[in-house]
Amino acid sequence: MGAQKKSGARVSEDPDELVRVPLQAVLLADSFTTKFRPITLERPKVLLPLVNVPMINYTLTWLESAGVEEVFVFCCSHSKQVISYLEKSEWLSQPNFTVTTVESQNSVSAGDALRVIYERNVIHGDFVLISGDTVSNMSLTQALLEHKERKKKDSNAVMTMVIKRSKPNPAIHQSRLGTDELFMAIDPNTKQLLYYEDRADQSKGTLHLDKSLLADNPSLSLHHDKQDCYIDICSPEVLSLFTDNFDYQHLRRHFVKGLLLDDIMGYKIFVHEIHSDYAARIDNFRSYDTVSKDIIHRWTYPLVPDVMNFGDTATKLERQGIYRASEISQSQSAVIGPFTVIGSGTKIGHNTKILNSVIGEGCKIGSNVIIEGCYIWDNISIEDGCKLQHAIVCDGVIIKSGAVLEPGVILSFKVVVGPEFVVPPYSNVSLLQQPIEEDSDEELEYADSTSVIGSQVDKSDVEIASKVLETHFSPASELGMGGAGHVWSTCEGSHEEEWRHSVAPIPKDKVMEAIKTMKDDLENDDSFLPPSGELKPNSNYSDDDDHEDSRDDSYYFEKEVEATFLRAVHENIQESHLILEINSLKLSYNKLAADCAGAVFSAMMKYALDTPHSSADVLLQNVQAVFTKWKKALTSYLTDIDEQIEVILKFEEICEESAKEFAPLFTRILHYLYNEDVVEEDAILSWEAELKDADEADKVFVKQAQKLIQWLKEAPEEDDDDEE
Amino acid sequence: MPDVHTLVNDFLNQLKKRKIEGSQATAKLTAELLRSVISQQRVPHTNQATTLINAVRAVGEQLIAANPIELAVGNIVRRVLHIIREEDLSLATAAMDGLGVSAASDDEDDAERDENPVLSAAAVAAAARSTLRPPSLQTLLEDTSDSAAAPPTSSSGGESDGRSRSVEKGSRGRKLKHDVIEAVNELIQDISTCYEQIAEQAVEHIHHNEVILTLGSSKTVLEFLYAAKEKQRSFKVFVAEGAPRYQGHLLAKELAARGLQTTVITDSAVFAMISRVNMVIVGAHAVMANGGVIAPVGLNMAALAAQRHAVPFVVLAGSHKLCPLYPHNPEVLLNELRSPSELLDFGEFSDCMDSASGAGSLHVVNPTFDYVPPKLVSLFITDTGGHNPSYMYRLIADYYSADDLVVKRRPTTGS
Repeated sequence: MGAQKKSGARVSEDPDELVRVPLQAVLLADSFTTKFRPITLERPKVLLPLVNVPMINYTLTWLESAGVEEVFVFCCSHSKQVISYLEKSEWLSQPNFTVTTVESQNSVSAGDALRVIYERNVIHGDFVLISGDTVSNMSLTQALLEHKERKKKDSNAVMTMVIKRSKPNPAIHQSRLGTDELFMAIDPNTKQLLYYEDRADQSKGTLHLDKSLLADNPSLSLHHDKQDCYIDICSPEVLSLFTDNFDYQHLRRHFVKGLLLDDIMGYKIFVHEIHSDYAARIDNFRSYDTVSKDIIHRWTYPLVPDVMNFGDTATKLERQGIYRASEISQSQSAVIGPFTVIGSGTKIGHNTKILNSVIGEGCKIGSNVIIEGCYIWDNISIEDGCKLQHAIVCDGVIIKSGAVLEPGVILSFKVVVGPEFVVPPYSNVSLLQQPIEEDSDEELEYADSTSVIGSQVDKSDVEIASKVLETHFSPASELGMGGAGHVWSTCEGSHEEEWRHSVAPIPKDKVMEAIKTMKDDLENDDSFLPPSGELKPNSNYSDDDDHEDSRDDSYYFEKEVEATFLRAVHENIQESHLILEINSLKLSYNKLAADCAGAVFSAMMKYALDTPHSSADVLLQNVQAVFTKWKKALTSYLTDIDEQIEVILKFEEICEESAKEFAPLFTRILHYLYNEDVVEEDAILSWEAELKDADEADKVFVKQAQKLIQWLKEAPEEDDDDEE
Repeated sequence: MPDVHTLVNDFLNQLKKRKIEGSQATAKLTAELLRSVISQQRVPHTNQATTLINAVRAVGEQLIAANPIELAVGNIVRRVLHIIREEDLSLATAAMDGLGVSAASDDEDDAERDENPVLSAAAVAAAARSTLRPPSLQTLLEDTSDSAAAPPTSSSGGESDGRSRSVEKGSRGRKLKHDVIEAVNELIQDISTCYEQIAEQAVEHIHHNEVILTLGSSKTVLEFLYAAKEKQRSFKVFVAEGAPRYQGHLLAKELAARGLQTTVITDSAVFAMISRVNMVIVGAHAVMANGGVIAPVGLNMAALAAQRHAVPFVVLAGSHKLCPLYPHNPEVLLNELRSPSELLDFGEFSDCMDSASGAGSLHVVNPTFDYVPPKLVSLFITDTGGHNPSYMYRLIADYYSADDLVVKRRPTTGS
């Protein structure tokens, strides 16, 4: 509360005076990440061209049209370049729109940046916090109004986040922008953000909500199809919060989560969802690709190439989404496919094919070149017969004849690719050496190296480049004859990420693989997350109810069976009645006996687990107690060996997923079940046989039960030799 | 001067960001801006008209470039240029009296004026006038009376002396500017009252128990229909909703609120309903020199339906919508493609547009305008009355001078 008072005194106590404060914005012209390396070693990310216009222009244009009157551009790495760019541009001389640059060399994170802004004492009211790589055409009026209204009612509502619906790819759990699937819990009535998790554990398909969330809120909806636009409307308290909590670095990971988890101060975050408007942040190469395509497809209107002309050259839109600037010389035989942008002064040779690409200004493209899905910046020369697929090629690159760029290649500034050289997929090539102090840990991605290297490059950019040019014009460099540049080795652990975040489309086999694993998951696990729905806590839901409300009826079915079972236990209903009820459920959900067996079994196990127990033995006793009482309910569904196998599989799944306590007891319970005639010998043996070819990971329990299986095999007659 | 500069920049910004919508608003703002440009422009003693024309052209060029789709901007720029030329000419003819006197009185003091012989000046003026106004029916009559009247006056005058002439000459600069500003004011007035002028004609076109079809929303159409209702005509209106912006809904609401019997139909139902319709009345974005119409998307279809059933297709357009260009000009044919989000919700379809996985390739195109060829239009109603499409180029010749059709200056001039 101290923070709030401080800022309150700093700003003004008078609410009327607050209203008159012009709308301000803080634009972070540094993403504090290394996702765009090696390009960002030489040029700041906000100045990278997005459909031939530096990214920061999109953000500033939007801020201006959204009615922001004063923008503070926070520059950190390559601050000189950003500042000189802004000075040359028309942004500093706009009426009713002031752009002020704030320079700081030693900030390494968004948190630091906001602390610097706080010290400058320039923010006097609500402000928009945005990063310089955000493209949007949304109208702020509504969101601002909501924020102000909430603020009036509750002074603890410090921030409004803008979110947008965007379905993540179900197979690979990432949004089309290449970011990880995002889980949010939102109060559907007040729009308060209750939970935010952007790096949930995909492997298990579960996430954990605090019990109190369910207890405290009458209703909450859990979403995984929302995209965080990284446009925040903040109250001035946000800045002081950053100053008070000097360990806050990352806006989302520390600040948002910090506020959500730590409710001592009682600050609240709300969300504002936009529907038809567009907003996206360019976070990685994948989103660079996606947002570029959205711009070309005009989702960002009026921020589209033919309307937003910053240079002197007007771009014209032709049929099928071809944008052509003036003074292009193009051979008659060249083919320009749909959704392509060509910058002014570019020359295109005979029989060249350009599809779905963006070509910058002053490029020279030879004959018989194929360019597909590429982002070619300015002044690049591509000689005859080259083939480029899904690559980003920075300014001044020379690609000699016959060279091939495989999908996902990034060529940084002034790299030279030798003739007939094939650049392997996903390689990053730069004239600069890969920095040794590479931050492998993403948590440290905003560590010192960015700014240090950035400033070094700032100073001696040209020097290094020329030096490297000299040394690497050796006949056979890493990039073929006469090539220049270093191929960066991918840092450890990022191999998996390579295809996730690259400009190239996701390879088909990766998708297939992901779909396959997902299907496997689905077979023994119903926790696959369906699209968002609303979840109302009610008495039937137990604590392990991490799942979303689901339309998946097998999930419903299990829940229903479990609830029925619990009711039977609590109200002492007769077994036969219970069986009747479950039978009716079975019919209404159109399930097999095996499903019933599985559901009843898991309900029993859960009940056993929920009964208080101190040790594994007590738990085992619990299980035994439950089974002695309710065995009949289960065995009535176990007429066939298949159903018994289902029970074992279910048991295995329970051990793996929801109730790890059972894992060490697996064999003992299995033995108990055998003794109780719940499962027969044949079932256990065929279960073992079924898993014989499975992964090692899946065989944990088979191994555990090996002794029992051995004993089973040996004890009776030797009639099942064929089992081994 | 800097004052105008900021004004111009502000307006340019708004045009660029597509913040101004509707040709009437744009036309009015453009005219007001040009008025302030003219009033702030300092005029030298000689070549006043050229200075003004150049100033207006310089601004006009920028304005047109800022939003080439909004033809009203170019129209108004050309109208203002035409006004300057006309005013200059009428001043020249008026001054010819004085000039004629000076030449006749053989004054030594005004040596420089002697270089312009009366006859040649008159000839130039007449020639200029004839280029400005090709002889249309009306202007032919006016012109003949003018030119018939002019020579006698020039020869008849004879009592003014040199002093009064020099005074007159000094005031002429101010007079030209003043006259031009007056005329631009008139133009602004015309633009703002064009609704009423068009609406006045409503009674002549809408009769009892007729069924009128319209598409989308147009203020002109609204006023037109309302004016007919005011005159106690009872008729029905079908409003096609005008997807994807559905401005027809607003129009229908407004019409119903004003007590007209209104029915809303979908755009695709136009053909089904057209047989019951007596007249199609629509607004336009721009009217081209050949009588073709740039109109909200969907109108070409309505026009074709009207032709098929021989229903008159009437286009209402204020004179600021008359564009002196022909639609073969690709600049004009270029359409404004707006955001696809007007058609589809981005979030809903985001998985189909996931270009990264290569799974879906959904493209959405949302053009704003249609081109309706002149043969489909039965009648244009402008603030000067009803006209046939084939008469459009004549009407346009009254409003614009041929020299201004290309506003863009040669690149050598620079800015």
